[in-house]
Amino acid sequence: MSAPPESRESLWRLAISPTIWMAHFTLSYATAAVWCEKFAGPSAALGPARTAIALYTVAALAGIAYNGWDGRRRSRFGSGRLSLGFDTDEDRHRFLGFATLLLAALSAGATLYVAGAALAFGECR
Amino acid sequence: MNELREAQEKRLLKAWETPKGWRYWSEVNNTEVGVWYTATSLFFLLYAGVLALLMRIQLARPDGQFLDAETYNQIFTVHGSVMMFLFAIPIFESIAVIFLPQMLGARDLPFPRLSAFGYWCFLLGGIFLCGSLFFDAAPRGGWFMYPPLTSSYQDGIGADIWLLGFSFIEIAAIAAAVELIVGTLKCRPPGMRINLIPLYAWYVLVAAAMVLFAFPPLIAGSMLLEVERAFGWPFFDPARGGDPLLWQHLFWLFGHPEVYIIFLPSVALLAMIVPTFARRPIVGYTWIVLSAVGTGFLSFGLWVHHMYTTGLPGVSLALFSAASEAVAIPTGVQIFCLIATVAAGRRPGGSVPMLFTAGGLAVFVVGGLTGVMLALAPFDFQAHDTFFVVGHFHYVLIGGALFPIMAGLYYYFPLIDGKKLSDRLGRIAFWLMFAGFNVAFLPMHLSGMRGMPRRVFTYPAGLGFDELNLASSVGAFILAAGIAVITWDVLRPKRSEDVSERNPWGAGTLEWLPPLPPATWGVRSIPEIDSRYPLWDQPDFERHVDEGRFYLPDADEVRRETIVTTVIDARPVQCLQLPGPSFITHWAALTIGGFFIFGTFGLWKTALLSGAIGIGVVARWLWTGSAHIPARAEKDVGLGLSLPLYVSGPDSVGWWAVFITMLAVATATVSLLFGYFFYWTVNDDFPPRGAAGPGVFWPCLAAALLLGAWASTMLSRRLNRRDDARGFYAALTGAMALGIAGAAALLAGPWLTGLEPTNGVYPAIVWLLACWAGLHVLTGLIMQAYCLASRLAGRMTARHDMDLANTELFWHFAALTALATVAVIAGFPLAAR
Repeated sequence: MSAPPESRESLWRLAISPTIWMAHFTLSYATAAVWCEKFAGPSAALGPARTAIALYTVAALAGIAYNGWDGRRRSRFGSGRLSLGFDTDEDRHRFLGFATLLLAALSAGATLYVAGAALAFGECR
Repeated sequence: MNELREAQEKRLLKAWETPKGWRYWSEVNNTEVGVWYTATSLFFLLYAGVLALLMRIQLARPDGQFLDAETYNQIFTVHGSVMMFLFAIPIFESIAVIFLPQMLGARDLPFPRLSAFGYWCFLLGGIFLCGSLFFDAAPRGGWFMYPPLTSSYQDGIGADIWLLGFSFIEIAAIAAAVELIVGTLKCRPPGMRINLIPLYAWYVLVAAAMVLFAFPPLIAGSMLLEVERAFGWPFFDPARGGDPLLWQHLFWLFGHPEVYIIFLPSVALLAMIVPTFARRPIVGYTWIVLSAVGTGFLSFGLWVHHMYTTGLPGVSLALFSAASEAVAIPTGVQIFCLIATVAAGRRPGGSVPMLFTAGGLAVFVVGGLTGVMLALAPFDFQAHDTFFVVGHFHYVLIGGALFPIMAGLYYYFPLIDGKKLSDRLGRIAFWLMFAGFNVAFLPMHLSGMRGMPRRVFTYPAGLGFDELNLASSVGAFILAAGIAVITWDVLRPKRSEDVSERNPWGAGTLEWLPPLPPATWGVRSIPEIDSRYPLWDQPDFERHVDEGRFYLPDADEVRRETIVTTVIDARPVQCLQLPGPSFITHWAALTIGGFFIFGTFGLWKTALLSGAIGIGVVARWLWTGSAHIPARAEKDVGLGLSLPLYVSGPDSVGWWAVFITMLAVATATVSLLFGYFFYWTVNDDFPPRGAAGPGVFWPCLAAALLLGAWASTMLSRRLNRRDDARGFYAALTGAMALGIAGAAALLAGPWLTGLEPTNGVYPAIVWLLACWAGLHVLTGLIMQAYCLASRLAGRMTARHDMDLANTELFWHFAALTALATVAVIAGFPLAAR
């Protein structure tokens, strides 16, 4: 089986996990800010906002995990030598897969950082 | 054979010949423009450095009398602003303009006149800003210009100079970023697949993309603040519903990523230098790509850590604190990769570039660690606005940018001048700078911890600041002595010295390919690449390039040309004919600059006239310099390959430039929409209960008309493709009519419902959003008119429709902007009630 042609590769796939992190971060921030400013007040409990952030986190981690798994699969394409730096379709394919996997791992870690911080807080202030 | 080669070289030289005499300044070749750009940035470094020394003289002793408070305020504001906007960012772009094409084996970047335009804007704006200090008219609100200080308490034109001058320069910076992104993605040599590109190019790609998303929020914020200062629309005035904190959000949404926009391209230089001296490929190529891309993303989630003391909810601070800690991971990864490369390779001796590399990394790590401290909100509460912060960010910026740039200067100088800089002077300069820097900035952490606030023009004796400040001042002068030695080393006459041998450091990457000093054409023939380090790995590579055995070895039409390739595998798709020297870029910079400069003095009619002339100049520039229909469809570029000379749509570099520019514009739109919702969160009565405008009817009518204009523009392209001239003219004229009607309806909403923008923040933001969308429509109309004229003049045919494809792409974004605007200004008041 040969590696997919260029037309079936995309640089955008590299950005999927970091974009999910960004969406998770923005939604968590907006939810907490709007809840605290518009609905609950500064010393109120985070309550539903916390639940929402937990749900965002589960969804974000699922998306990142899928993207990371896809990257891992592509990074192990072919058999024999698993190089990334040669002038072949296989190496280009594996490189993009491995970079996707690494970015997914970083994004998952960063998502957990953000979620951990939000979930540790019981109230707005 | 030799005669053929000589004839080819003669034609290449002719095509890439630099104009003589005063026409020299019309040159647009990256080898000239990049050097002007870099030299000017370095001049601004020296200028802002002298201002720093003046501040250090003032602070050397308690109760200093050297400067008065007013002058001191202007000096620290100009120092910070110039270092950031006129040195740190431009030098990233300028170094990339010189070297990126060479690293990619390209003859030039895809839009040489855009680079030249960017440079002239930068020069004009820079002189305007720096000159203001000599007329006692400089900005004095600090480099982040917080309102209400800058909106309500500072008369004069200082703040306007900052807001309009830097907006002008930021637009030029975005233009350069577009150039660099398209260059990296589309102008690589055949075979240089995405897994083989030099790490520098990865870093430039990421940093330039960050410019696209970081600068627009600041431009949007500057627009709001200037409109408040000039016309009284109360975006930051709490008495009328505004909020100064919105400025802080927009500023730092730019300001924090900016640190990484400065740092990443600087560490990119190290990623080129270290493998050369370690004599081995970089360790962890993919990991470095991860860290560059990862840092680029995460850096957009940190901005509130500059705002920990503004009273935001604790949970918000925690979110940003977590992201601020997370960014240390990718930042650390790239440093470990560099150290691992040194450890795994030949132990590099103490060459000057490696000295600056090692010194820079050590200093940066200290700055990074104090950054981790400041990212923790409780610590920041104590250290905020003290000299601790000043010490921290100088460690980050000087270690993360200035030292690597000096490493790059010593490493790459032979590619500019053909001669190396002095090893002896370089060592002296390094040790002076390294020692001076630490003597100057380490004590600032302590003076900050002892409570010395930043931005005070003096301090009383006996508070524990005296000796620390004296040490900082002495250190600053030692640092300056190091920079003076480098300045001398660069400027001293070198006529008696031999030209350096080819590839003097024994590097493996393409920029070291040409004999020194490099010819104006860049590479003799554009090579086929199959390795990350072709000079090390590809046998007989230099000889084959020199003998013209690769692509475009000739300039048979005596025109400047380069090859356009695909984004991932770098397969050749076009022979791009580049425009030559021109003064039109100067006229464009002058007239568009006129808009901002006249605006500073409140001469808005003259400013608008200048801007309108500027649009005309740009139209002429495009008309005379782009999208010409070539005499033949294809061209033999060598090695049996024929490439088209004209492509349109996503294969063309112009389409990508429009797409990338519009991403930046869309980011500005999102920033303004963020402002609308921000006002909703901070005001109990937003939209105000009694507000009738802008209503639903007019905005919805506008949306319908503008969607019609968009659809009709798309239809015109399809009809043109079918060579249905009459249908094309009808559809595009119809699109223009719908566009005019749509813009009128959009403005009719707030107009007819009596929204008065100076009365409160709600009418002001509604008007601003409507005007912003209207500006999109106006731009779209100009592009449509240009296409009509193009077809009428025979510059556009059914197949040669580059301008129309770009106009269609623009209208996709314009339609989206109109829809989003209408959804917010008409839909949100309904939802909020």
